Amino acid sequence: MTVSDQEDLVAVAPAAPVVTAAPVTSMRAGREALYFARRNRKLVAGLTVVLLFLVVAIVGPLLTDHGPNEYVGPPAQRPSSQYWFGTTMFGQDVFAQFTHGLRSTFLVGLLGGGLAAFIGMLIGFTAGYRGGVVDEVLNMITNVVLVIPTLAVLLVIATYLRVRGVIPEAVFIGLFSWPWVARAIRAQTFSLRSRDFVDLARLSGASGRKIILREIAPNMSSYLFMTFILLFGGAVLIAATLDFIGLGPTEGISLGLMMNNAVLWSALPLGMWWWFVPPGLGITVIVGSLYIMNVGLDEVFNPKLREM
Amino acid sequence: MRRYFGRKLLIYAVTFFVAVTVDWMIPRFMPGDPIQTMLSRASLRPEANQALQAYYTNVFGLDLPVWRQYLNFWTALLHGDLGVSIWLFPQPVTKVIMRAIPYTLALLVPAILLSWFAGNKFGAYAARRKWLDNTVLPVGYVLTATPYMWLGILLAWLLATVAGIFPIAGGYSFALEPAWSWAFIGSLLRHWFLPFASLFLVGFGGWAIGMRNMIIYELEADYAHYLESLGAPRRLVRRYAFRNALLPQLTGLALQLGVIVAGALVTEIVFSYPGLGYLVLQAINNQDFFLIQGAFLFIIVGVLLANFLVDVVYVMVDPRTRTGMRGGS
Repeated sequence: MTVSDQEDLVAVAPAAPVVTAAPVTSMRAGREALYFARRNRKLVAGLTVVLLFLVVAIVGPLLTDHGPNEYVGPPAQRPSSQYWFGTTMFGQDVFAQFTHGLRSTFLVGLLGGGLAAFIGMLIGFTAGYRGGVVDEVLNMITNVVLVIPTLAVLLVIATYLRVRGVIPEAVFIGLFSWPWVARAIRAQTFSLRSRDFVDLARLSGASGRKIILREIAPNMSSYLFMTFILLFGGAVLIAATLDFIGLGPTEGISLGLMMNNAVLWSALPLGMWWWFVPPGLGITVIVGSLYIMNVGLDEVFNPKLREM
Repeated sequence: MRRYFGRKLLIYAVTFFVAVTVDWMIPRFMPGDPIQTMLSRASLRPEANQALQAYYTNVFGLDLPVWRQYLNFWTALLHGDLGVSIWLFPQPVTKVIMRAIPYTLALLVPAILLSWFAGNKFGAYAARRKWLDNTVLPVGYVLTATPYMWLGILLAWLLATVAGIFPIAGGYSFALEPAWSWAFIGSLLRHWFLPFASLFLVGFGGWAIGMRNMIIYELEADYAHYLESLGAPRRLVRRYAFRNALLPQLTGLALQLGVIVAGALVTEIVFSYPGLGYLVLQAINNQDFFLIQGAFLFIIVGVLLANFLVDVVYVMVDPRTRTGMRGGS
């Protein structure tokens, strides 16, 4: 267990960073990070793309005066000046579906990723800081949830839900995708809790919660942030998978659901590329940019990796 | 060594227990009546509806006390009885799933092994080589960020619909009957290639990036600098780094298994490939709850077994645990 814990952090997810913990000298470190952040091409490019899509998600639906699932035009139209992304087999506007789908994507990522990060931190910090029996129990729970394939559980749950919305979907995703975070944070907390500054805080009578929040968490804040980004991307991918299997939201639209409909209604043999290319491309570009952003962040926070 | 495996096996046993319990609990404690949901889909005459209602109440055992239901569930499970499929009515779920498993394994096993192997080799090769690294990095990240089904859709569209090189759907040509003939095996391979390729590519990107990042960390480690300062050839240093980086990649493989299986499910759906994923899709469209629950258990057991295999390999590969096995300290 202990041998590989440190190594696990790196292997778990693409670009999972390794923490190089040193007591924070807050102001100067912040300004230094900002200095390197602005000069990091990967970070800037990734962030720009993600923000661009966010703007499309927010503004896009305002440009069309009809809902994403309304039958507005002639069926199976190629992209034109009137229907920018063409129409589906049933005459729905693909552009309207795409922009509304982007909203769902960001919602699932924020909510699902956020919840997973929260649970993971809660369990990781508690297990790592308390140790002993608490650690044993939490570790067991973590390992069990870690082995169970997230999608399989969601599959069974979603099947029995008659009305499915984007928000419950995000919550369920968050509830089952935290284990690797908990494990990684536990290992980090373990190594931090015997440091002098933590001992000092303990001697001064600070409570466990306060020590975790004020002394331990700030020392891996960059790591926590990067973890959230990875969870965001992961939640988006899981949601797309679930939607594609046919367990997506029963009302509204999502990018995964668009691909599901396209495949279900023979867009592939008919070559209606405008129906299935945008949703997948949207997901790929958003998640890919997030990953590349993370590499950039890693270089900003970890001087060893900076390109000189 | 005993302790290591004992601990792992305990975790797997608990996981299996939890999974079975979840599988049993969800239909019973979710809001709404599963039988009603199931029957409301099929518009039946009232008499037929009542008869089916009674039948399913009996099958689910909903008229028994809860603890009894739970025990019965386990007894049936240990006898390999997962209920009767509704979509393919009188066939037992176990049989339906067993028929699909070979197709899924034929996709998964080669895709996992080859992408892991090739990805690691390539990632290690690319690390710290300027131009290669600059191309591998973005391509790899785009590949891992690609949803499995989308890559499948793109390949199906480009290579099947547009170019017409590969068939677009099915496990073998509809014109053929399953038989041990060259024509049939050739058809199997042709239908197998695209779903395999999309699984392989997504995995390849992930492993290549993981290995590339690990190598860069390893090359910054003290032992690597020490070796370099001793004047060891670059190749030797890289070889040590590779071997050290391989272990976390192995742990990563165990952790990624669930995701890869999920990827296989959706890829099969894209290509209408007659494996577990296609079965799950049909089960969902036909509200075949038993089939979905059965598929869930099969996936869990498969992932647990694969995890155990990775544990065994890890012990064999890691010299630290190897010495432990021989009784050294």
